[in-house]
Amino acid sequence: MALGDIKISVQNLFKIYGPNPGSVQDQLFDGIDKNAFMQETGHVLALNNINVDMREGQITVVMGLSGSGKSTLIRHLNRLIEPTSGQVFLDGEDVLAMDEAALRDLRRRSMSMVFQKFALLPHRTVLANTILAPEARGENGQAAEDEARKWLARVGLEGMEDSYPSQLSGGMQQRVGLARALTSNADVMLMDEAFSALDPLIRTSMQDLLLELQRDLHKTIIFITHDLDEALKLADHLVVLKDGYIVQQGDPQDILLRPAARYIEEFIQDINRARVLKVKSIMTPATSKRGCIDVIQGHETLETIINTHQGRVDGVFAVSDPDDPAKIIGKVKMEDIYRALVRPQMQHD
Amino acid sequence: MAYEWIFNALGMSEACSRDSGPLMSLTALRKEEPSLWDLPFPSLDTLNAACAAVPRTRDFTAALQDGFLYIRPALRSVLDPLTQPLSWMLDGALTLFVEMPWWILVPLLILASKLLSHSYKVASIVAVSFLFLLFVDYYEYAIQTLSIIFVCTVLCVAFGVPLGIAMSRSDRFQNAMIPVLDMLQTLPTFVYLIPLIFLFNITEPKLYGLAIILYAIVPVVRLTNLGIRLVDRDVMEAVTAFGLTDRQKLFRVQIPLALPNIMAGVNQTIMMSLAMVVIASLVSAPGLGTLVLDGINNLRLGVGFLAGFGIVLIAIMLDRVSKAALARIDKSNKT
Ligand SMILES: Nc1ncnc2c1ncn2[C@@H]1O[C@H](COP(=O)(O)OP(=O)(O)OP(=O)(O)O)[C@@H](O)[C@H]1O
Ligand SMILES: [Mg+2]
Repeated sequence: MALGDIKISVQNLFKIYGPNPGSVQDQLFDGIDKNAFMQETGHVLALNNINVDMREGQITVVMGLSGSGKSTLIRHLNRLIEPTSGQVFLDGEDVLAMDEAALRDLRRRSMSMVFQKFALLPHRTVLANTILAPEARGENGQAAEDEARKWLARVGLEGMEDSYPSQLSGGMQQRVGLARALTSNADVMLMDEAFSALDPLIRTSMQDLLLELQRDLHKTIIFITHDLDEALKLADHLVVLKDGYIVQQGDPQDILLRPAARYIEEFIQDINRARVLKVKSIMTPATSKRGCIDVIQGHETLETIINTHQGRVDGVFAVSDPDDPAKIIGKVKMEDIYRALVRPQMQHD
Repeated sequence: MAYEWIFNALGMSEACSRDSGPLMSLTALRKEEPSLWDLPFPSLDTLNAACAAVPRTRDFTAALQDGFLYIRPALRSVLDPLTQPLSWMLDGALTLFVEMPWWILVPLLILASKLLSHSYKVASIVAVSFLFLLFVDYYEYAIQTLSIIFVCTVLCVAFGVPLGIAMSRSDRFQNAMIPVLDMLQTLPTFVYLIPLIFLFNITEPKLYGLAIILYAIVPVVRLTNLGIRLVDRDVMEAVTAFGLTDRQKLFRVQIPLALPNIMAGVNQTIMMSLAMVVIASLVSAPGLGTLVLDGINNLRLGVGFLAGFGIVLIAIMLDRVSKAALARIDKSNKT
């Protein structure tokens, strides 16, 4: 499989919680909403027709408020929760058709998970916690231990191998959680609000650590968060969830510039657009730098441009390919940059 | 007679008068109508006075006994071979520990208490207690009591822990077991002995062995079930997500994390075995209990007191050692 191919595909997924989900399933119809369904049937419509493709090597972020169904959705991927209806495919293989042994194998080899409350084994040392996935596979030898030590060192926990989780701070415990997931060497990493329990500073450093790891590892990461800033920082593909349905999904820059619903518009009101928007997202395509006063890299944020060209209000810049600085992919006017900073008018009601 | 009219009204006087019982109530003899104040409750005996065809309470208890005696051979033929190993184990342990010279066994027990508790204080309590028991010549009785407790506790753990695990895995099984455990725990200890006396020979060790085990197994079952159910749900979800099998989860996560609770159950089980082994001297369990019984039966106050004090010493030893072991496990689980 190549980077960018579809790794996990979720199709027409529904999840109903309640005493008898099967019996109320046929009362579902297109566009039904969670509250109405609750009133009519007394059941919780936790996931309402979810369709998402998660691509190899990308970070897919699922964002939504509390109760929007994020945890329910991510737990369908490794079938910690059984759906009411719908499909989940991993590498084209139907996860829901797997028998118990195949499912266990998937959890041991193909998908690892990081939890909001860390969920470390309190009676085991850091090293013994980290080694969980190989242990489940029956690999107990030196190789597994070396692997665990390697990842512990990689997340900055060298020398802590023999500590117990209760002796570590929250941030360090989650580093153990991350090392435990990495030691499984699975392609897919599921992260359910993995950084939500941490202090803001530690949280930022964990996000940076994750991005740094991802540059080398190119895992397929499914990251759950209720925090828009975190979502925008990490996401290659952003899925916005509300009351169990997907309001909008796509490139996060695109969602910022072209919100598809009132809900999204309200959500993005208060973010710092200069720090989040990238030049690439607002440029117009072009191939030469004729008439341009400077060349800027496509992945620079607007804030960086304004900073480095202090005071300028006019002029045209050429934009270069982030992966190949010599190649021009577009151009952007300074006034476009300023215009993009203004919050868009609400278009939807 | 108070309730004759009922049977007359039902047109059953015919059936009643078939044969009048040999005993008549006083009111019946005096042929007086009882006043409302004296109206007896329509119990079996009262109704029998009105209508001889109604059985009296003692007919009823006799029928119960007959019924029990009727199924006894069948029950025995199943239970006897099943429980025979218990007799062997008790006999074996009694012989082994009593035959062993005191100068080997006592140091061994002190050493064991040191290893279990990691505490010199606890070990010295054990040492002083045994020196006292040796000194007053109650050592052999104490060893008999301890042997019985040892065998019964081992069996309680061997059966109780798996039972507790099974309960933790199935709500239905738990709901079925809880009334049984409640009953075993609330029945007065003497009541255990009654069906067992009928079922087995009074000279068989398994008689008191079973009484002790039935009584003392309850806490270890309960606390194993509770301990496993209390294991953090997030932790269980995490190990499921990493693909551990049920068996791996049980032995590597649930039992280790439930261990403090299980050990608390074992401590209670030990103490309850001790309570029951004293009472079981009524059905020929050897040990300090026989001395207490002797004190009661023959009004030998001094013997009863001293034996009682010996039991207290044993209780203290068992409690201190098992609590210290529990505390140790608790600590290693938290750090
Ligand atoms: N086991 C359950 N039984 C019944 N309802 C449930 C269950 N689990 C979740 N729900 C309901 O399903 C909906 C989605 O829950 P979910 O936990 O997936 O939300 P979430 O987005 O993860 O929220 P949070 O940010 O609070 O973690 C909620 O309305 C919740 O009340
Ligand atoms: Mg959640």
